[in-house]
This record gives sequence, C-alpha cells and structure tokens, in this order.
Amino acid sequence: MSGFDTVVKLIYVGAAACFVLGLHLMNAPPTADKGNRLSAGGMLAAVAATIALIANDSAITATGWAVLIVGLLLGSGAGLFMARTVKMTAIPQLVSVFNAVGGGAAALVAIADFIRLSDSVGAASITPRVNVTSALDVAIGAVTFAGSVVAAGKLQGLIPGRPIVFRGARPLNALLALAMLGGGVYLCAGPHDLWALMLVLAAALVFGVTMVLPIGGADMPVVISLLNAFTGTAVAMAGFVIDSSVLIIAGALVGASGGILTKLMADAMNRSLANIIIGGFGTGDSSVAVSAEGLGQIREVSADDAAIQLAYASKVIIVPGYGLAAAQAQHAVRELAQVLEQHGVEVSYAIHPVAGRMPGHMNVLLAEADVPYTQLIPMEEINPEFDRTDVALVIGANDVTNPAARRPGTAISGMPILDVDHAKSVIVIKRSMGHGYAGIDNELYTDPKTSMFFADAKAGLQSLTAAVKALVGSG
Amino acid sequence: MPTGLLTDLTIFVLSLLVGFEVISKVPATLHTPLMSAANSIHGVVLVGAILIASTAHNTAGYILAFIAAVFAGMNVVGGYAVTDRMLQMFQRRPTKVAPSKVANDGAEAKDGQS
Repeated sequence: MSGFDTVVKLIYVGAAACFVLGLHLMNAPPTADKGNRLSAGGMLAAVAATIALIANDSAITATGWAVLIVGLLLGSGAGLFMARTVKMTAIPQLVSVFNAVGGGAAALVAIADFIRLSDSVGAASITPRVNVTSALDVAIGAVTFAGSVVAAGKLQGLIPGRPIVFRGARPLNALLALAMLGGGVYLCAGPHDLWALMLVLAAALVFGVTMVLPIGGADMPVVISLLNAFTGTAVAMAGFVIDSSVLIIAGALVGASGGILTKLMADAMNRSLANIIIGGFGTGDSSVAVSAEGLGQIREVSADDAAIQLAYASKVIIVPGYGLAAAQAQHAVRELAQVLEQHGVEVSYAIHPVAGRMPGHMNVLLAEADVPYTQLIPMEEINPEFDRTDVALVIGANDVTNPAARRPGTAISGMPILDVDHAKSVIVIKRSMGHGYAGIDNELYTDPKTSMFFADAKAGLQSLTAAVKALVGSG
Repeated sequence: MPTGLLTDLTIFVLSLLVGFEVISKVPATLHTPLMSAANSIHGVVLVGAILIASTAHNTAGYILAFIAAVFAGMNVVGGYAVTDRMLQMFQRRPTKVAPSKVANDGAEAKDGQS
C-alpha cells in the first residue's frame, strides 16, 4: 500500500466515524442538525478522497471523467432541487425515491465491477467472494429500486393506493424468488456467466414490483422503512464486491437503523412485518361516508360551543392525525394553540408513534409550523395526563384514538392507543363519519363525553380560533 | 476463508451492532429526520460509483457508471439537503420566534377589540 492509499483509507475511517457520531448526535433535537452536518462532512471527505485517489491512479479515461462529472452534476442538481421544493407531507415519497436511486446505484456498482472483472481476469477466475456478494447486491438493490419506485408512486397517487392483487401473484412471486436463487447459485457454482447475474437482476426487478403492489397505501411507510434497510444492506454488499470498508460500515449502519425503525413502526400498529407484506387490512385511505344514524348517538357541536369549552378549560391536549397534515392545517392548529395559551390555557400535543405517514412525521409537520418540540409529548408520557385534562381536541386522527383497541376481537385490538377517552370532554374535528384505514367504527365518537365538530381540519380550526378570539376579546 | 473477507465480515457485523445501539436511543420525535439521515448515509455508494467510473473502458461501462453517478449523486446531495431542511425546523426555538408572533397576535387582538 502506497502512502497515498494509506491516507485515503484513513480518511475513510474518519468518514465512518463521522457517520456513527452523526447518528449519535441525532439523539436530541438541539444537537441533531450538528449530527447531520458532521455526517455530511464525513461524506464530503470520503468522496473527495476517492476522487483524489482515482486522479492519482490516473487509470480513469477522459470519457470516464466526463461521464462521472456530468452524471454527478445532473444527479446532485436533481437531488438538491427535490430536497428544496418537496412539501413536508411528501417526505415519505422523497425518502422512497432516494431509496430507489441508492439501491439502483448499489446494484449498478456490482454489475459494472462484474463486467470489468470478466473482461480483465476472465469470468472463470472471479472469486467466490465477488460472485456471492454481487448476486446479493444485485438482488437486494434491484428489489429495492423497483419496490421503492412503486411505493413512491403509490404515496404520490400516481399508482392507486389500494392493494393491487392479481391471480397467481403468489406462484409468480415464488417463481421469481426461485429465479433469483437459481441465478445466484448458477453464478457462484457455474461458469460465473454475466447472464446469470442478469437473470438475478430481471427477477429481482419484477419481484420488487410484485412485492409492493399488493400492499395498501396506509402500510407504505412501513414498507419504505423496510426498503431503507434493504438499500443499506445492498450498499454494504457493494462494499464487499469492491472491497471498500466505508461502504460496508455505512451500509450496515443504515441496514440496522432501517430495521429498527421498521420494527418500531410495525409494533406501533400492532402488526407483524409478515402480516404487512402478505397483506392485511391496509386497504388504503378509504374515506367511506357512513350515515351517522347507524352509529348510535352522536353529539354535534358548533364552533361557538366548542370554543367555549376550549376557552374555559385549564388544560387542553391536541391530538393531531394525518388528516391534519392532509388539510395543511398545521399553521391553523398552532394559531389556535397560541390564542388559548395567551388566555392561560395549558396546551400540549399528544403524538402517537404512527401519527403522520412515517414514525415521527407528525413532529416534522408541526415543527414546520413553529410548534415548539417541547410541547409535543409522546404517547407513553401523555397518556396519564388525559385523566386531568379538560378538553382533548382530536383533529384528523381516528384509529389511534379508538378505545376498541383495548378489547380483543377487533381489527385494531392490541394496538397502543392514546387514552383520549379519559379526558373530561372530547372534541373531534372531522369531515365525515368516515373510517380510518382499519375500516372500523370509532367508539370514541359515540362516547357521551364526545362532541363532533364536522368540518375540514383547516377551516374548522380557523373558525374555532375566530370564535375563541371573539370570546376572549369580549370577556 | 480468506482473511480479507473475514475482516470485512467482522466490520459488517460490528457496524450492524453499532447501528442498532446508536439508533435505538433516538426519541420518536426524530424518527423521520433519522430515517432521512440514514437515507443520505447510504449515498456513500457514490464512492463505489466513482470507483467504477475510474475503471470503465467501454460503452457499457460508461453507461453503467453514468447512471450510477446520477443515482448516487441524487441520493447523497438530496438526502443531506432535505434532512438539514427538516432539522432546521426543530432548531427554530420558541424564544427566537415568539417576539414577532406575540406582536402580530397582539395587533390582531387590538384590531378585534376596536
């Protein structure tokens, strides 16, 4: 190893340390942005060192430089544009797109390296190490690429969010899995033919599509988290192929983090990963309008009456759900909270682990509207608080507030919920009596303590705020 | 088993464990930024894309390297940029924002009274 190579390898070690420390700093909101910058700094150093390395080797052709520079500029420009313009509600889609390109790039690295080795040393003398890891890299990377594209399409509404099931899907998936395995085995044991790798690639691409299509839109965030873990694993495999420790370390870190987040999320919905992948009740965002008559007594309330309840409460807990974000009502809710606080009402927000479209998504959406993160209280901490709360204001949240989850025998049984029904009174802002994605009635709505305020989240909050202001102003 | 592979495998397994350890301590508040941050870290595949571009010598190699560079560049730059954007929202402390907000609301309240 030349001195130059040693320096580059040392920079890689430093970069890997930056990634770990960066993730560690994300333990707390105040240091989180430092963590991200540290990680970005490590990345920049690793990339710069790699460019210096290939420039020093001078093996790269002029066309190679052109291809690299144009490709980098194009990709970075597109990435930067998307990152700057994306709406915070669309973050899960963007993460999915980045998973797709990351997994795709990892697969391409293995293919390109395999072709190079076949040309230089001959396919027959490619080591088992490269064969095995190339097959894994291409398989995982291609599944991630195709699956993530479908997942992003579903979340963006380009592909119908409902589960798309077709006859013979299971035999087809089994066949595809067999093709991947067969291609992989043939690649490793056989004559190390490029076509075997192409078979793995093709089967994996189709498998990615058929894996994600039958999964409902509501489960998509869990799938994205899983695909994030896949991407990390694919990158680690690419690291094995080209013998790069920095790829192995970073890939494994991401694989582990994606795995944990996926588990947390599945736990929060009380469903096993297998249940989500094979398909359960994740039938997409159904907003079936059920006639209110069929559901027992529902008490409807006007904005003025709701405002009186809120203004004379001493403690209010706001329970935001995805409906709040879908109606872009984050700013409206912050405004209402501020008016109430100025009137001396104690306001906090109850955040269910799966509020929003991915774990912690609601926190981002509310942070965007300048809601201080110290007011956002996670489920376990806020649940005991409901007992001494005067009004719980539920906005666009449904299944996570349904007391039916405490009983066995319902679609959401066992799912941890917010104890909204323990509050002295409950106000629910909702457009209609539609179901959440579990597709069952919410018993909270027929609770005698509950009053329903039928309105679009944003318009409803604005009229509430106006009513509270009028009350406070006159009083 | 060759030593090189064994070393890489060791690194892989230990990194997985470090990943589990570091991430399981992150509060739910930061899970979305965390996923996004992890997302940018797998953009490190750009290092691989650069290395394959350096060894490409034919059309197939150039095309593969080009797509890999576009993909990886998008992943790494977009990932860090969007994570940073999200985290800046958590940085806006109430103390910094409050004065102007209170002033606005105060003005509105006065309007309401008049």
